[in-house]
Amino acid sequence: MISRSPTPYVGILAVAGTLALLPLYASSYQLAFAIGLLNFAVLATAWGLFSGPTRYVSLASVVFFGIGSYTVAIVGEVMPWPAVLLVAALIGGAVALVVGLATLRLAGIYFVIFTFGLSEMVRQLVTWYEVNVTLSIGRYIFLDITQTQIFWQLLALLAIVMLGAVALQRSRLGFALRVIGGDETMARHFGLNPTFAKLALFVASSMIMALAGAIMAPRWTYIDPAIAFNITLSFQVVIMALLGGMHRIYGPMLGAILMTFLFEALSNHFPQAFSLMLGLVFIVIVYLLPNGIVGRLEEGLARTRRKPATASAKVGERT
Amino acid sequence: MKLTRRQTMASLAGLGVAPMLGLRPKKALASGAPVKIGYAISLTGPNAGGAGTTILPNYHLWVHEMREKGGILVNGERHPIEVIEYDDRSNSEEAVRAVERLINQDGVDILLAPWGTAMNLAVGPLFDRNGFIQATSTAITDRAPDLIQRWPGFFPLSGTAASWATPVVELMNEAREAGHIDDDVAMISVADAFGIDLAGAARRAFGEYGFNLVYDRTYPVGTQDFSSILAEIRNVKAFASFSYPPDTVAITDNAQLHDFNPNVMYVGIGGAFPMFTDRFGESVDTVLTHGGLNMADERTRDYLARHEEVTGRRADSAGSIVMYAALQAMEQAIERTGTLDNSVIAEEMKTGTFDTALGEISLASQMMPDIFKVGQIRDGYVVGLGPQDVPGRGEFIMPKQPWPAR
Repeated sequence: MISRSPTPYVGILAVAGTLALLPLYASSYQLAFAIGLLNFAVLATAWGLFSGPTRYVSLASVVFFGIGSYTVAIVGEVMPWPAVLLVAALIGGAVALVVGLATLRLAGIYFVIFTFGLSEMVRQLVTWYEVNVTLSIGRYIFLDITQTQIFWQLLALLAIVMLGAVALQRSRLGFALRVIGGDETMARHFGLNPTFAKLALFVASSMIMALAGAIMAPRWTYIDPAIAFNITLSFQVVIMALLGGMHRIYGPMLGAILMTFLFEALSNHFPQAFSLMLGLVFIVIVYLLPNGIVGRLEEGLARTRRKPATASAKVGERT
Repeated sequence: MKLTRRQTMASLAGLGVAPMLGLRPKKALASGAPVKIGYAISLTGPNAGGAGTTILPNYHLWVHEMREKGGILVNGERHPIEVIEYDDRSNSEEAVRAVERLINQDGVDILLAPWGTAMNLAVGPLFDRNGFIQATSTAITDRAPDLIQRWPGFFPLSGTAASWATPVVELMNEAREAGHIDDDVAMISVADAFGIDLAGAARRAFGEYGFNLVYDRTYPVGTQDFSSILAEIRNVKAFASFSYPPDTVAITDNAQLHDFNPNVMYVGIGGAFPMFTDRFGESVDTVLTHGGLNMADERTRDYLARHEEVTGRRADSAGSIVMYAALQAMEQAIERTGTLDNSVIAEEMKTGTFDTALGEISLASQMMPDIFKVGQIRDGYVVGLGPQDVPGRGEFIMPKQPWPAR
């Protein structure tokens, strides 16, 4: 059940290592595109890390992403960059801990509503603070961080997240999570502690999202609560993860890749009808790919494997 | 280890396609070759209303007029114009990506700016790094002087937030001297970038002019019911709201509904938009708002007529003409320098003077000089009143006419 082969680790490192050379020959538009893609791949994978096994649908991705961005806006110019990233991850993790302790006992649908409300609440809190305390709503980020550096950071983050996800899946905690996702009551009877497991995963996933927000922030120069806590991001992440398929580690990442290409193609060829086309595509996804692309691929694979067997049986009957 | 192999292939397929999209190197402009003008602007999302009112119609008008003349004049020859338009979906990250695409993929010669402070600041480093001119009338920030230092091709035409708030207070002072109001002023502001910055600057200016701010409150973005606020300030004779378009409409509507009739009333963004006067008609004549035009100037009237004729809609009375005048200045700078090299054009824009819809202008400060920042609504447009040293100031009619009976 629990595999110990090093192949996936080596594979992830090899792919990340190869992709790290991309900035050497890509144009800056291609690099910008790759950055957007990596950002969504990190967010969707982090989302799937928590939501895949536990089946909790979280709409709070943007809360942690925004916390990361705001951390950069506030301490970016007074601290060295690694410290800024550390602070962003810690704040994201601390908020996730508080939120998780309060809500992870809630059943599925209530959790969705809560996380949706949470992003609005955080946005309003930050707005209130800026309006009444700092008396200025926008914050400026003037950091000399190049696109290439952002690309490398996101790539490294994605590689670490993938390595962690594989390690987690093979660990006792990962096994426990699958049991919890299957049937929480049964898991309790086995002596597992579902609340702790869910909380640990939620905090880890949130820290990753906060890191992504921090890494991306230097691209925008100016942020305000409406930009940093834009709820659309949360929905995009969910759709990407669902498109890819959540029951595999690489599913959300695959969804993020396909969706980013789709977004780009739509906005280049149908700039006026982007939202309309996107809506149509979503409907198609929900109807045709209920288990995501990975689910569909596995179904197809299973069918082709079964076919030869049945064929030989028929041949056998005839003779 | 099937999973990893597939995962590997997925990542490779994903990122591997990106470099295949190809890169087109920039060539010198051949005879008869089109000049590419590109922009990414909010066609959808919360910014679409503002972008579609103040900026987009002027881009269309400018391109239309150059095409009528046979194209853009570069180095003595008229070249056809190719326009590339993307939607940033009111999202900073999309704006950054779309501008990258315009520069690197589409190889545009001229890049036009997006709408709004946040979008312009998000793409500012990109415009600067690639040496493009970024001229916009919709970025209002107190950091404008810093940004000009940082980005030499940046033209924040509308200047700082303070420059929009102080003239409002000056007009209130005028009304006080004329005996229409006393020292008491009520002010409300929207809890967002524009509202906070302007209310902050207005607060200081009210203090300097010896006004007594009896009511000073912010309200959240999206507020539509102002009944309780208006009930609290019923007897105040001077009222200013630094609001956004939806709330500007709601405040005016609430004031009319509750018959709140101050002698001087200022409303924020939206008051100078055609949609505002379309909705309230003559009832809002003599209300003060942002922007303002010199209606006595023939060039202004000519601009308004052409705008309506070509785009099918009326221009707003604030950022529209400023944006258009800057485009005219850029066009003339291209004609004079005979090149599409943006740094040369920018230098000419900063040193020369230009004949535009706003008259003879110089952009030496990288901001548009002599534009009205407060005015009074009259017959569907805003008559410019302040700052007081702007030439062509209209007549300030006091007090505000009472609302018509509903």
